[in-house]
Amino acid sequence: MLAAILLGFLFALFLVFTGKFFRGKLAILSALIPAGLFAYFSSFIPQISSGEIIHKTYQWVPAFGVDLSFKLDGLSLLFSLMITGIGFLVFAYTASYLKGHKYLDRFYGYLSLFMAAMLGLVLSDNLISLFVFWELTSISSFFLIGFNNTNPASRKSALTALGITGFGGFSLLAGALLLGSISGTYSISEMLSMKEAIAGSEYYILAVVFIFVAAFTKSAQFPFHFWLPGAMKAPTPVSTYLHSATMVKAGIYLLMRFTPVLGDQEFWNTTLIIVGGITMVYSAIHALFRTDLKGILAYSTISALGILVFLIGLGTKAAFLAAAIFIIVHALYKATLFLVTGIIDHQTGSRDVTKLGGLRKIMMPVAIAGILAAISSGGIPPSVGFLGKELTYEASTHAKNFTIIIVIAIVLTKILLLWAGFVAGIKPFVGKLPEAHKDTKAPGFLMWAPAVILAVLGILFGIFPMLIESALVKPVVSALGADAAEIHLALWHGFNTVLLLSGITIAVGILLYFFLKPSAKLEKGVGKLEFISPENILKKGTHYFGVFSAFWTNVFQNGYLRNYITTIVLFLVALVGYIMAGNSGVIIDHNQLSEVTTYEVAVVVILIAGVFYTVFTKSRLAAVAAMGVVGLAICLIFVFYSAPDLAMTQFSIDTLTVILFVLVLYRLPKYLTLSDYKMRIRDGILSLALGTVVCLLALQVLAEPTNSDVGDFYAKNAYILAHGKNVVNVILVDFRGTDTLMEIAVLTIAAIGVFGLLKLRLKSTDRSQ
Amino acid sequence: MKTLILKTASNYLLPVLLVFSVFILLRGHYLPGGGFVGGLIAAIAFVLHAFANGLDNTKGLLRFHPGFLMPIGLGLAFLSGLAPVLGLDDPFMTGLWFPDPFPVIGNVGSALFFDIGVYLVVVGVTLTIIFTISESA
Repeated sequence: MLAAILLGFLFALFLVFTGKFFRGKLAILSALIPAGLFAYFSSFIPQISSGEIIHKTYQWVPAFGVDLSFKLDGLSLLFSLMITGIGFLVFAYTASYLKGHKYLDRFYGYLSLFMAAMLGLVLSDNLISLFVFWELTSISSFFLIGFNNTNPASRKSALTALGITGFGGFSLLAGALLLGSISGTYSISEMLSMKEAIAGSEYYILAVVFIFVAAFTKSAQFPFHFWLPGAMKAPTPVSTYLHSATMVKAGIYLLMRFTPVLGDQEFWNTTLIIVGGITMVYSAIHALFRTDLKGILAYSTISALGILVFLIGLGTKAAFLAAAIFIIVHALYKATLFLVTGIIDHQTGSRDVTKLGGLRKIMMPVAIAGILAAISSGGIPPSVGFLGKELTYEASTHAKNFTIIIVIAIVLTKILLLWAGFVAGIKPFVGKLPEAHKDTKAPGFLMWAPAVILAVLGILFGIFPMLIESALVKPVVSALGADAAEIHLALWHGFNTVLLLSGITIAVGILLYFFLKPSAKLEKGVGKLEFISPENILKKGTHYFGVFSAFWTNVFQNGYLRNYITTIVLFLVALVGYIMAGNSGVIIDHNQLSEVTTYEVAVVVILIAGVFYTVFTKSRLAAVAAMGVVGLAICLIFVFYSAPDLAMTQFSIDTLTVILFVLVLYRLPKYLTLSDYKMRIRDGILSLALGTVVCLLALQVLAEPTNSDVGDFYAKNAYILAHGKNVVNVILVDFRGTDTLMEIAVLTIAAIGVFGLLKLRLKSTDRSQ
Repeated sequence: MKTLILKTASNYLLPVLLVFSVFILLRGHYLPGGGFVGGLIAAIAFVLHAFANGLDNTKGLLRFHPGFLMPIGLGLAFLSGLAPVLGLDDPFMTGLWFPDPFPVIGNVGSALFFDIGVYLVVVGVTLTIIFTISESA
C-alpha cells in the first residue's frame, strides 16, 4: 500500500529527469499510473464489502507516535477509487487538452504529486501523517492553480487558495495535537474506542473547532468559500480533478472520518447543519448570477459541498447514506460538466454561457455527456442523482429540529442546482449556433471519451444501484459508525412526501431554466454587493495588515546596528529591571561571596582602564587594542575562578576578534565624529543601566537556592557513560552533541554568508567598472 | 607587516602551533581543551602566517580554499552521530567506544570524530571569514 501511495511521488520525481520525453506523444502514457492504481484499489472491493478493514503500518517517527499507518475501509476505498478513477480520466483528457504545451510534463508532475498526496490523505490512519499529506495537497493545488504563471490573476488566486487552505492546515495540526494530547494517541482507529473520553474532555469544543476550520477551509464552506471560484483560473483538468471531484472533498472526508470519534454531539451536529445550510443556499443563489460556465460550476460545487456538510451534520443513518451516495453522484456529474466546459472552452475559446448555443451540431458526444450530467445533477430519474436527491430529502424530512426550515432550504438548493446543471450541461448545446462559432472544430476522442464515460456511469448506477450498493455505499455507511445491513437502494420508493418534494423540485427547476436566463446584467447587479462579501473583507484586512507591517518594519528594522542594540538593551533592562523590582528588591547573600584578593583588584583596575581608553581614544586601532585588553582581563578572571576551558576559548576568540577588527578598520578613513555628546551620554546611561541590571541579576542568582541536579548528573555520568573526564567537553560533544552539531552548522552558514556578501559585492563593482 | 623576525618565526611557529592545536583537540576529553579551542588555535596559526608572509603565500601553502573544511567537518560530525543509527540501530548520537585505549591518543570513540568535525568546521569558518574580509578590505 505504501508503494501505491509513493508511486505518484516517484513518478513526479521521475518526470523531473525525463520530462522532455513526456511532453510529446508519450504524454498519454502517464495515465497508466492512475489506471494501475485504480485496478489495485478495485481489487480490494470484495474484501472491504464483506466488512473487512485492512491495516498497514510502517514505522516513521515512533518516538513521537508518528507512523505511516494506513487503513483501508469503506470510506477510504470510496475516495481512493474516486481519486484514481477520475484521475485516470483526467490524465487522459489532459494529454489532449494541453497537447503541445511547453510545460506539459510539469503539469503531469504536479498532478501525480497531488494524486499521491490525496491518496495518502484518505488512507492515513495517523493524524500527523494525515496532516502531512493534507498540506501536500494544498501545495500541489497551489502549483496547479498558478500553472499559467505568466497571468497575474492566476498567481493571485493560487496565493489566496494557499493562504486559506494553509490556514486550515495549521488549524488541522492544532486539532491533531489537541486530540493527541486528550487521547494519548495519534491513531484515528485507537481514538474510536475513546469516544466518550474525548467528548467528555474540557478541550472537546476547542478540538472540534480546529477540525471544523480545517474542513471548512478545504471544502470551501462559508465564509471561507471564496478561494474556490478563484481557483477556477487553473486549467480545466485541474478544476475537474482537484476543485470538484477530490481535493475539496478532503474536508468532507475529514468530517466523515471524525464522525465516529467526535460526532453525535449537539455542538458538532448543530454547527455542521448551520454552516452547511448557509453554504448550500448562499452559493446556490450565487450561481444564478454568473455567466462564466466555470463560475456557475464553482458555485454549484460549493453548494454541493454545503449539502454534504449539512448531511453529515444531520448525523442519522439516512443522512450518512445520502452523503455516501451524493459524493458519488456529485463526483460523476460535476466532473463531467467540468470536462464538458473544458472542451467547449478549448474548441470555441469562450466560456460565456450567454454567447454559447447549438454546439450539439458540432460535438454530439459532448452534448450527450453534458445532457446526461445535467439530468443527474437535476436529480431526474433514472439517474443516480435522483437516488441521491431522494435520500437527501428522506434524511431532511426526518431532521430532529427545525424540520420545515431545513426542508425548505434543501429543496431551494436543489432547485437552483438543477438550474445550474441545466445551464452548464444543456444550454450550450441547444438552440441556434451563433455565427462566431460556426467554424468550431470537433474535439478529439481523448477529450470527449472521459466525459461520456463519467456521464454514462451516472445513469448506469441510477438504473442498477446494486452495482454500487454493497461494493461502495454500505462500507462507507458502516465506516461512519452506523449499521449498514438494512440498506437497499432503489429508484422507486412509492408515493410519499419525498416523491412529492422531488416532483416540485424538478418542475420548478425546469420552469426556472426556461424563464431565468443567465445574463451579464444580473452578474453586474450582484457585483454591487461585493463590498460586504467575505472575500472583500479579507482583502481589505490583508491590505491593512500589509500597511501595518511596512510601518512596523520601517520603525524597527531600520538597518542601523546601533539602533538594534539600543532596542535590545533597553528592552532587556526594562524587563529584567521590572521583574527584579517587583520581587521585593534585591537580596545579596554575603556568605556566598568570596574574599577579594589583590590580584583580582589589579585585573579589575586594568579592565576598567581598558574600558575608559576604548571609549575616549581618538583612534580606531587603539580602541580595538584596548578592547582586546578588556577581553584578556576577563580571561584572567575565568582562570582565577577555575574555568580553564572558557578562558582558553575566550583567549583565542579575543585574538581573532582583534585581528578581524584590524583587518576591517585598517582601510577605513580616520575617525569622524559620528555621535555628539547628547548621544554619548544617552549611550553611557544605557550601558551603565545594563551593567547594573546584569550585576544585580548575577548577585541575585547567587542568593537563590540552587538546584544542582543537572550539574550532578553530568559530573557523575561524564566518565561512566561518555568515557570523558572533562565535563565541559563531554557535554559539548556527547550529552548535548546535537546542539553542537546545529551550532557548527550555524557557524558554517555565517561563514558562507560573509563569503557570499563580500565576493558578490566585489563582482558587481567589477561589472560596473 | 613584513618583518624578517616574524617572517622567519612564523615558518617555524606554524607547524608547532598546528601540532599544539591537535594536542589541545585530543586532550579535550580529559583535560581543558577540545575541538572548538583547537580549531581556533589552528586558525590563529594560519592567520599569523598570513600576517608575516602575505595572504597569497598562506593560501599557496593550504593548496585548497579553507571553506572546503566546513562541509568536510560538518559531514564528519554528522556521520559520527549517524554511525550508531546505521551500525547498531541505536538512537542518533549514541556514543560508541573502542574497548581499549590506543597508544598516545587514548580512548577513541565516536565523540572524538565528532570533535574532529568541530575542529575542522571551526578552522574552515574562521579562515573563510578572515581571508574573505582581508581580501576585500
